[in-house]
Amino acid sequence: MNAIELNELDIFYGDTQITDNISFDIKQGESFALVGESGSGKSTILKAIMGLAPKWNGSIKVNNVARSHGIDYDFAAQCQMVFQDPYGSLHPRKTVDATLSEPLTIHRISDQNERIEQVMQSVGLDLSFRFRYPHQLSGGQRQRVVIARALILEPKILLLDEPTSALDVSVQAEILNLFKKLRKERGLTYLMVTHNLPVVSFLCDRLAVIKAGKLVEVTGVEQLRQGNFKHAYTQELYAASGGVIS
Amino acid sequence: MTQFLDWLRDETPTSRRQARWGGAFRLALALRKNHLAMAGLIIITTLILFAIFAPFIATHPAIQQDLQGRLSPPSFDHWMGTDELGRDIWSRIVYGSQITLFIVFLVAAIAAPIGLIAGAVAGYFGGWVDRIIMGITDIFLSMPKLILALSFVAALGPGIQNAVIAIAIATWPSYARIARAETLTIRNSEFIAAIQLQGASSTRIVFSHILPLCMSSMIVRVTLDMAGIILTAAGLGFLGLGAQPPLPEWGAMISSGRTFIFDQWWVATMPGLAIITVSLGFCFLGDGLRDVLDPKQGGR
Repeated sequence: MNAIELNELDIFYGDTQITDNISFDIKQGESFALVGESGSGKSTILKAIMGLAPKWNGSIKVNNVARSHGIDYDFAAQCQMVFQDPYGSLHPRKTVDATLSEPLTIHRISDQNERIEQVMQSVGLDLSFRFRYPHQLSGGQRQRVVIARALILEPKILLLDEPTSALDVSVQAEILNLFKKLRKERGLTYLMVTHNLPVVSFLCDRLAVIKAGKLVEVTGVEQLRQGNFKHAYTQELYAASGGVIS
Repeated sequence: MTQFLDWLRDETPTSRRQARWGGAFRLALALRKNHLAMAGLIIITTLILFAIFAPFIATHPAIQQDLQGRLSPPSFDHWMGTDELGRDIWSRIVYGSQITLFIVFLVAAIAAPIGLIAGAVAGYFGGWVDRIIMGITDIFLSMPKLILALSFVAALGPGIQNAVIAIAIATWPSYARIARAETLTIRNSEFIAAIQLQGASSTRIVFSHILPLCMSSMIVRVTLDMAGIILTAAGLGFLGLGAQPPLPEWGAMISSGRTFIFDQWWVATMPGLAIITVSLGFCFLGDGLRDVLDPKQGGR
């Protein structure tokens, strides 16, 4: 069964067309990467799936249900998003506890205390951080809070918008390992936007290459490791990242 | 006590209550370092104490007339002299603090929430909601505050309550402007997008995610505006449209002392000093709060 299906998706900001005829499927439990230059429309695809970019033609299906053009209450428990900037995606005046309990309150879930403790443990946040404010946390800790917030409603699909690019290298590795662990434990499906090919090879099964809003090619991570691509643009990207991917 | 202080200072609070109290404690510490703000706080506290304990602090009843001793200069018996009806000015100023506080807090309690909500709603929803609300505030802002308050009092009739309503009507639009500007800067931030994606309703987003971020600039602005509110109230009193005689309202007292300003200077000067002191107190406190609450400086 497919977790996400995009069919001939054209997304617009106002009158400007951002993506052109994007189609791909992601199987349940798969980890899929969107790769491309800045401004190629990768993040916009995530926003359209989540309902933050409401103007599009074509079709988006999540768990075989067509998505509306806006944000749905029920959809929130199936699919969540992790943002790129852990400094901008946490409310500056809310403690970790308040941030994590808010989704539970919205969805009228009562066992808040256990859920919060459980999700904090599973993203590797010590419980002593529970009543701290974001400005008392480091970048990596903040990103763990963001991941915990995305996971607390127990969605099966996570959309990751360059989740490690704002972090320094050692913290990046920790967060990537966390994503790997969470996927294994919870059977998550990932759709990840990145321009970092080593990250793709570490975390993903397949990748789609996007250039100026158009899908260039969809290929497996084996081809990426061997540097074996059909399309010249993918070769170019590969060469730009040093041509060595372990 | 030391245990309590340690509990407040704890960097790793273990409960929601401790996190809140610790935050307030750190704020109080920051405020204590600011001398001007402390001066303002002392003035405001004194004003509040005067208002509460007026019967004990005043040496005479506020409206007791003594035509034999009218317009007597400051003396041991009458610390600030007496007015044209022989009433003790010191006592009238002490009782007047009740009226001043009543006006200031009632105006703040009416105008600030209205302005805050109107501005946040306009900023968050944008589009035609924004255009209508901001159109209304523009109309109000284009008229001078005192003139606007004057016309409302003229329509509603003179009296303290009407003066309060009139001043509140004249002040809320500037709060709406500030709240809207603040909302516009945070509306498109990722933490608002994140809470939208959790399925939160617009009401919840505006009230529990946007308004808390507008609060600090609003508190600062309201505190700074209190000086202006006192002056407007005094202005209305001076023009005979605020508190009515024999209520000891400071503006009205200046107005009645105007006739004797050259020969019996104390009648108009003493209430004037009271207005200046309290206005300055609110200004100092507002400036200090701005330094402490400014999220750009405190990282809060």
